Amino acid sequence: MSKNKVSVNKVPSALAIGIARGGLEVKQFMRQRESVVFTLAFPIMLLAIFGSVFTNELTDGVTFSQYFVAGMIASGLVNTGFQQLAIMIPVERDFGTLKRLRGTPMPASSYFIGKSIVVFVTMVIQVALLLIAGVLFFGVNLPTDPAKWFTFTWLIILGSAASTALGIAFSVIPKSGRGASAVVSPVVIILQFFSGVFFVFTDLPGWMQQVAALFPLKWMTQGMRSVFLPDSFAAQEVAGTWETGRTFWIILAWLIAGLVISIKTFKWEQER
Amino acid sequence: MSSVINVRGLEKSYGSNKAVAGIDLTIEPGEIFALLGPNGAGKTTTVEILEGFRDRDRGDVSVLGTDPGVKGEQARRWRNRIGIVLQSTNDAGDLSVFETVAHFAKYYSNPRGVDEVINAVGLTDKSAALIRTLSGGQRRRLDVALGIIGSPELLFLDEPTTGFDPEARRAFWALIQDLRKSGATILLTTHYLDEAEALADRVAVINQGKIIEVATPALLGGRATSLATVSWKGANGLQSERTDNPTALIRKLTETYKDEIPELTVKRASLEDIYLEMIGGVGVEE
Repeated sequence: MSKNKVSVNKVPSALAIGIARGGLEVKQFMRQRESVVFTLAFPIMLLAIFGSVFTNELTDGVTFSQYFVAGMIASGLVNTGFQQLAIMIPVERDFGTLKRLRGTPMPASSYFIGKSIVVFVTMVIQVALLLIAGVLFFGVNLPTDPAKWFTFTWLIILGSAASTALGIAFSVIPKSGRGASAVVSPVVIILQFFSGVFFVFTDLPGWMQQVAALFPLKWMTQGMRSVFLPDSFAAQEVAGTWETGRTFWIILAWLIAGLVISIKTFKWEQER
Repeated sequence: MSSVINVRGLEKSYGSNKAVAGIDLTIEPGEIFALLGPNGAGKTTTVEILEGFRDRDRGDVSVLGTDPGVKGEQARRWRNRIGIVLQSTNDAGDLSVFETVAHFAKYYSNPRGVDEVINAVGLTDKSAALIRTLSGGQRRRLDVALGIIGSPELLFLDEPTTGFDPEARRAFWALIQDLRKSGATILLTTHYLDEAEALADRVAVINQGKIIEVATPALLGGRATSLATVSWKGANGLQSERTDNPTALIRKLTETYKDEIPELTVKRASLEDIYLEMIGGVGVEE
């Protein structure tokens, strides 16, 4: 009788596998040069274009670039999370990547954790580059108040988590990997226009503002404005304040909704 | 020891189409078992139910003593003991062979050595190569590496050599035969009769959702006792005769031809002949 110490049933934890997946996904992302360049450089290009076209000051000391950088960071949350995942996951489904994973002891939660990690890492790099370029070339001022950096930090973490969850949730909608971009991109672009990324939000028609207020991007941009614009500017917001508390709860609600939908509807295979 | 796979009265319909219409199947430890059948016969549905990818309508199914429909942690413990090599996967081209195998090793409680597995599938030279630079056959070998990295007790192989050239197929068969030596049970689905013949201990032929016969490749469809065709070059050119006793016929021929019987061949029905007869026969009945 041999004493076998190896416990055959001790499968690695979902968290450990999820972290391993995150590392692998970041590695994969970094090796796809086109998508690295697109994801990281595109926001800077947009900043350059808008910064050159709109050179006026919105109020004393607030340039359009300053306003726009807040919107671009919020957009970055949506692009690296929601847009990227809602396009990539249908591709992985088409390629059989997901079916293969389903045949292993890897649980869906590990897959979600891996996606959250790759979204967070790419988003942090994107935001850092955007801020560096903004400060160096477009006269963007960084906040000095620690409280503003605190808001910035939770907005980034909560926003990227919500964006990841919603991207996974939305990934069931495209019928194929090839068509995914055509389904997802218009949603993102329209949301950007409605949410005050490209224009000053309060200049938009009222109905557009009301539609935008239903979705998280509007709250992310408003939150980022509270970080990057002087507090005096809050008076020009719709509510006359930054509505920081409401912003937190609305993004959290979207995060929970995204998680619930993801868990309930996630598909490993396209149904035939 | 109990059976690795035990299926009783399995049924599955898609709408009004009965894809699996009452299947019984028993697969023993250490066997290489081949499931043969034309497209749409219910082969894929059956295997996907066994793999836990699909629900069933009726029947008892036990795979390694577990119902493949289990969920949650139980499902993870069960998947920890099986390996699945799917048809085509076409992904993660930007990772190397080593990185991919090493990553999948992290999913299992008791993985085999990464280098050992890469060596077993004959990809040692390609270990550092990115997956997108691999040939079709090399990719297939990687698929097998990912299927066996967790030291599975049961391996599902779904049409493993589709698209291979003959040489690559031979090499692949050798790999599968090596695997059986490690004690794993293998369930193989294939279109290729020669593949089933080369690898399988037992073959099941499935058609229209039912298993028509289960036998060793040599005995399938009464093959061993079927008529043989003896042919040779006689005075009037090529002659042939169908007989259930070819030895007697040849003995007679040796009296006619003192030396060598010119161009003598003895041919029994190939597995393919038998198989086509079997699935054709059922088709006629319906």
